[in-house]
Amino acid sequence: MADIQTREAARPNELSHSPHGALPAAGRAKKRAGRGGLAIAGEKLIELLIRLCGISAIIFVFGIFFFVFREAAPLFFEKPKAPTQEQAAMVERHADDHRPAHKVFSLKEFLFSKEWYPTSQSNVRFGVLALIVGTLSVTVLAMLMAVPFGLGAAVFVSEFCGGKLKETLKIVIELLAAIPSVVWGFIGLTVMNPIIQNLFNAPIGLNMLNGAILLALMSVPIMVSIGEDALKAVPDSFREAGIALGATKWQLVYRVLIPAAKNGLLAAVLLGVGRAVGETMAVLMATGHAVNIPFIKADGSFNPWFTFEPVRTLTATIAAELGEASEGSQHYRVLFLIGVLLFSITAVVNLTADMAIRGIKRK
Amino acid sequence: MISETAPLFVETPFVRKKQRREVLAKCIFGLMAAAMVVPLLLIIGYLVYQGAPLISWDFLTTNPAGGMRRGGIWSALLGTIWLVGVSLLIAAPIGILAAVYLNEYAKDNWFNRVINLAVINLAGVPSIVHALFGLGAFVLFAGIGRSVLAASLTLAIMTLPVIIASTREALASVPRSFREACWNVGATRWQTIRAIVLPNSISGILTGVILQVSRAAGETAPIMFTGAVFFRNIGEGNLFAYNLKEQCMALSMHLYTVTTQVTGAPKPLPYAIAVVLLATVLLVNATAIVLRVILRSRKKW
Repeated sequence: MADIQTREAARPNELSHSPHGALPAAGRAKKRAGRGGLAIAGEKLIELLIRLCGISAIIFVFGIFFFVFREAAPLFFEKPKAPTQEQAAMVERHADDHRPAHKVFSLKEFLFSKEWYPTSQSNVRFGVLALIVGTLSVTVLAMLMAVPFGLGAAVFVSEFCGGKLKETLKIVIELLAAIPSVVWGFIGLTVMNPIIQNLFNAPIGLNMLNGAILLALMSVPIMVSIGEDALKAVPDSFREAGIALGATKWQLVYRVLIPAAKNGLLAAVLLGVGRAVGETMAVLMATGHAVNIPFIKADGSFNPWFTFEPVRTLTATIAAELGEASEGSQHYRVLFLIGVLLFSITAVVNLTADMAIRGIKRK
Repeated sequence: MISETAPLFVETPFVRKKQRREVLAKCIFGLMAAAMVVPLLLIIGYLVYQGAPLISWDFLTTNPAGGMRRGGIWSALLGTIWLVGVSLLIAAPIGILAAVYLNEYAKDNWFNRVINLAVINLAGVPSIVHALFGLGAFVLFAGIGRSVLAASLTLAIMTLPVIIASTREALASVPRSFREACWNVGATRWQTIRAIVLPNSISGILTGVILQVSRAAGETAPIMFTGAVFFRNIGEGNLFAYNLKEQCMALSMHLYTVTTQVTGAPKPLPYAIAVVLLATVLLVNATAIVLRVILRSRKKW
């Protein structure tokens, strides 16, 4: 590093009569006069630093995937029938420890089995189907509430109110977005829980509905702000043309603005979905945390009251169990594999949203 | 003669229907907006009402005691300050320089589109995946161990997109003519950025930094496995009671612990913690908003 610096410092000195070496010193400030060479070296260095920071986002995204996958990867290469010396030693050392039985990991079982018994003594099973269903059902229910409200509020903020009210609403929405997820979880636990119990006569208030309401409230702000941006991006000439034809605001919204901004509104919804899928603390505290496919009753028939069933999501499982799983165990690695799965889901959702936004920009 | 032809602008049933619909639509959209705002205010009011009896200066400055059933929240509050401060020191320079690169240097080619996608993706990674990353990369691979440093690094990477996004927006709002004027007197790219672009976009950059603080202060999942502990006893009133290599408590984690793991805590205790956490985050955010409004009104162009 040091000799690169000196070499860079030395080069401009040889060319000190070139316009490039003299100009900045003359142009910028008096105190720099005579330090042209050093200044250029410094500038080269800082530009290098800027470039490095510029690509840092790529490094971090790949880093996240790499390091999470790295902890999960041994699952696929493990040969439990012939334990390595280290493993054998570990088993011996923990002979009196109740370690879960070891079994070959199967990706098929992981994705398509609903049996999640990660700490079973006799037969460990790592099937995350119930968790995937839990995540999806909570997310879908949350979106059923959040999409109309979020987009409706976006339309109201963007088209139906002006001046002070608009500014105030935008600030409140910004503050709503800032509430930490653990506070939402706490609200679910202490406020929503009794309300749901009393209102719907449900045996427990910590269920899918509770989590979904919280997720809806959490993902509405992002929908409003992205949706409002999308509506704002519709050229004013569209509005003027509509008004000139005698359209009311509602007709304008319904016939002109929503079709014109549909890509941006789609992106708003997708970003809301991304937020809901990845949310951890709120669903951990509010959904009841039972591994359960809510749509199926114990006897195998369809459960029409599935919204009052407790569920467990992918994110909550990691948060709840990572602390207990011993480092390097199969359970621990499976939790990291769930992380890889979550990373992939949200990456797809976010990239789709970006494509939708790019769609409006090209138009 | 004129009276026999239909006058042009008179209310026909059609027009009345149209207007009724207009009012209805406005009401529905207004209610939808209100449906987000009103519960928020009610809930905050309820939390404050429940937690108020406990909140006092002593509550903020004494350690939790008696298995976290008594005492205050000092060690958790200080832990949050440490985590936020260290993560800010890491994230702010990287984020601001990354935004400078994206806005000032990057040409519109495939590589920079990939960077943009990476920033978007980074913003969407679930917090618990950041926790796994922090555990895998900093705690285990880099060998830092569970500590303030590992947790802050995790938080910094998680909140980087917040700083990048608002700094970029601020940089982009500086008119191009400012830069051109500066280039024309012979300044180089970096000199222009330092002397013209950054000073003129300082309000937006500060807003981003403040939003990063608010986001980092509220996060729980990323610090759970990288540096936060359930309980630690530290010197009361000593701001430097933690150090980078030790684990710390955090307000958000403390709220989670007290609500879900501690039995027999007095009823107002978790509410009081929630109120302190909420107040911290909302005050920080409100600062950002006020700053933005003030500096926007002072804009020179």
